[in-house]
Amino acid sequence: MRETGSQRIKRGMAQMQKGGVIMDVANVEQARIAEAAGAVAVMALERVPSDIRAAGGVARMSDPAMIEEIMAAVSIPVMAKVRIGHIAEARILESIGVDYIDESEVLTPADDVYHIDKNEYQVPFVCGCRNLGEALRRIAEGASMLRTKGEPGTGDIVEAVRHMQKVNQQIRQIVATKSEHLMDMARELQVPLNLVQEIHEQGKLPVVNFAAGGVSTPADAALMMNLGADGVFVGSGIFKSENPAKFAKAIVTATAHPTDYRLIAEVSKNLGKPMKGIDALSLDQHDKMAPRGQH
Amino acid sequence: MKIGVLALQGAVSEHEQMLADCGVDVQLVKGVTDLIDLDGLVIPGGESTTIKKLLAKASMLSVLKDKILAGMPVLGTCAGLVLLTQDDALNGLDGQVQRNGFGRQIDSFEENITITGLDHPFPGIFIRAPYLETVGPEVEILGKTFDNRIIAARQKNVMVTAFHPELSEDSSIHELFITQCVNENKMN
Repeated sequence: MRETGSQRIKRGMAQMQKGGVIMDVANVEQARIAEAAGAVAVMALERVPSDIRAAGGVARMSDPAMIEEIMAAVSIPVMAKVRIGHIAEARILESIGVDYIDESEVLTPADDVYHIDKNEYQVPFVCGCRNLGEALRRIAEGASMLRTKGEPGTGDIVEAVRHMQKVNQQIRQIVATKSEHLMDMARELQVPLNLVQEIHEQGKLPVVNFAAGGVSTPADAALMMNLGADGVFVGSGIFKSENPAKFAKAIVTATAHPTDYRLIAEVSKNLGKPMKGIDALSLDQHDKMAPRGQH
Repeated sequence: MKIGVLALQGAVSEHEQMLADCGVDVQLVKGVTDLIDLDGLVIPGGESTTIKKLLAKASMLSVLKDKILAGMPVLGTCAGLVLLTQDDALNGLDGQVQRNGFGRQIDSFEENITITGLDHPFPGIFIRAPYLETVGPEVEILGKTFDNRIIAARQKNVMVTAFHPELSEDSSIHELFITQCVNENKMN
């Protein structure tokens, strides 16, 4: 009579977040600032990506007590991250009732071959992608929402732009391909044929796709929305800026009105310094997070 | 006939598609000027706290409230129900709303619902959904869950559902809104 955890329920939850901003928060106080600024959800994690990058070492799921405190403090959905392939961390977060799990390359991967079989869970998952191959493999595993990987914790938008452009370019390519050649596309992308056929017919992904990894200013958010993002994740960009509450509000406004440039100009005035950031192209290959979990 | 979809945040394109399937013109509403010449408005699902802040930021909260009070037909789904019921938001329906009334996402569910005015069970999709704890004397209850929670109602020009008809493949709630609220209003 009542069905929970269906694909429609899990994907639908992400559809309700469209046009919104999901903010990384490290404690209750930050979660309240995010909610007051108009975030559609918060991502609870002990260290934002730029701190994870600076600290080095192994990055793991956050303390469940800290996640529960945030769940109790705000009325908006609470997401949390697990390591790629770490089914136990995922079951733990599901058991405490987080609203969405991010199987994230920001944490140190637990399995360098397999992602979590996300179809087996009641809780929905979001995963990162750099191209359509990664996107469709994650959907086949049961991801209900996608995001670009960007290069987390850098404050540099270039990788998120690259990933969003790449996915959309490959979608256009599939739409233009003759249906009898879709098998070749599926083989090339290393993804199931039925998903390639679905893209060919619908002209779009079957789940929402947010921008993530490097969004630091209202203008960055507007850029990603104009490139076709359904919404925006902001990791370090808010609480590593000079004035988090103002940055948060301004990014929410820019995401909701991405082509109203006078308005974005207005909310961008006197914001103070954004996060300092790192030029993503200057990173050594082994310092990059985005290539993690590409299979 | 032209119906607006409040397009600040949430499931906007889903409502847009469903209204287009019903054969009406659709206007996305992002600001006060988009409200001119509308025969009705849909307030979609999304995060009600976010949409409320964006309504205030766009100076639309009081304008919209006045238009609804003056009789503009409105359909609110999920977050739309919350905003239409809250006193400090749009206050278009007399009732007490329980936000996230069925629990967190893990408790979100699908259930077939009997709706007054429809001849078939409607596939209700409830996502962190609210319900109406109580409703005032002028409110007609259109549907309840099997555990007796009020999840669809109408008060004159305002129709609300706690579930998401825009996520289903069934456009009959939208048709009900068009025939009962919008057309009646046009005749008056």
